[in-house]
Amino acid sequence: MLAKRIIPCLDVRDGKVVKGVNFKGIREVGDPVACAEEYNKQGADEIVFYDITASHEGRGVMLDVVRETAKRVFVPLTVGGGIKTVDDIRETLRAGADKVSVNSQAVQNPKLIKDGADIFGSQCICVGIDAKKSESGNWTVFINGGRIDMHLDLLDWVKQIEQLGAGEICLNSIDTDGVKGGFDLPMLKAVVNAVTIPVIASGGAGKLEHFAEAFQKTDCSAALAASLFHFKELTVNQVKADCRTKKIIVRS
Amino acid sequence: MIAIIDYGAGNIFSVKNALDYLGLENQLTDNKNLIEQADKIILPGVGAFPSAMKMLEQKGLVSVLKTQAKQKPLLGICLGMQMLFSKSYEFEACDGLDLISGVVDKMNKPDFIIPHMGWNKLEIENPCKLLENLGDSPYVYFVHSYEANCEDNKNLCAWVEYGGKVPAMVSDGKFVFGAQFHPEKSGEIGLQILRNFANI
Repeated sequence: MLAKRIIPCLDVRDGKVVKGVNFKGIREVGDPVACAEEYNKQGADEIVFYDITASHEGRGVMLDVVRETAKRVFVPLTVGGGIKTVDDIRETLRAGADKVSVNSQAVQNPKLIKDGADIFGSQCICVGIDAKKSESGNWTVFINGGRIDMHLDLLDWVKQIEQLGAGEICLNSIDTDGVKGGFDLPMLKAVVNAVTIPVIASGGAGKLEHFAEAFQKTDCSAALAASLFHFKELTVNQVKADCRTKKIIVRS
Repeated sequence: MIAIIDYGAGNIFSVKNALDYLGLENQLTDNKNLIEQADKIILPGVGAFPSAMKMLEQKGLVSVLKTQAKQKPLLGICLGMQMLFSKSYEFEACDGLDLISGVVDKMNKPDFIIPHMGWNKLEIENPCKLLENLGDSPYVYFVHSYEANCEDNKNLCAWVEYGGKVPAMVSDGKFVFGAQFHPEKSGEIGLQILRNFANI
């Protein structure tokens, strides 16, 4: 059977790892290639680089990071942030990424998902989503790092994504991100039930048991965290050991 | 020297990166002479079967690979493994290199997500040099929607459980090996498989 995946995410700006809390108050915390190597040693099943660079020069720096990492780390690499066109996807995959993650640009231009999937295959197109519970009780999709509410219903969006050929969804909850109270299980469950493609849980992990809880209470395929691993509050190994004691299949 | 066949498809750089990391001399090439001089050959591949076979044909590599596979170790990875088989039905019926008897067809598993993507655990069917020293938990990384089934079970070295047995590693028992998974993306286990190949 497929193992549940534990995925550390590195937010990168101008070639340096940074971490924000609720998208504000960004702190610089290190060299992304060294961080990726460390996560690889800890047993990460995949590593995500999220590029939060605004400038064009910064994108080149990001691709260098991917190239260097691909020479030293032999697990799948996903790169998100700033990917706007099919050419951006091609460039990122050529640098050594196995998948790209598209977020705001996919909301503004859903054709990017279809074109990317048609040309490079569904398996390398992950759609990242930032969503939040609305006053009317549904969840809506936000773009630009959680700043702009598109008033787009989350469940409508995930079904559309699947039809367009996305291979995977990385679902980040703005409500739980950075709060460390656990993943947004109701949102996660709703999305997992709405689609058949794999869903990665993101946003909210603060304790060891939050990972196992997401796997036990929803059918998500993977769980992602950034600061928790980055500030060494937990290692990937510890998370996997906890999952194993709860009979969740993880790669050792 | 290990020749990595460069026929314009797939993420061949990750295979090169892994061999470089292991300190194994290698060269990306579509040159017939270099392939003939090489000690071993890796046939990588991501993409669709018919177009990949067509590219091999256009480069005049089909006959080269068929001849070389009788003389030196050849490892096909992912689509590269599928191309070792007799025939594929991806989009259209298309002949493969026919180094291992069997056919490639769409995975038919109604209750399972296709592509089969992620880490799955190898179960050994028949002993194989490439599967030595992998420890007791050989998880490897898969991304595929088609599966290659051997006509003769003795060619099946390892499988994984995913709505039934999915062929994961095959061999003709001599020089030809195929991995449905990506050893170059399978962490330490994958690197060990590549080392084993280099040490044949």
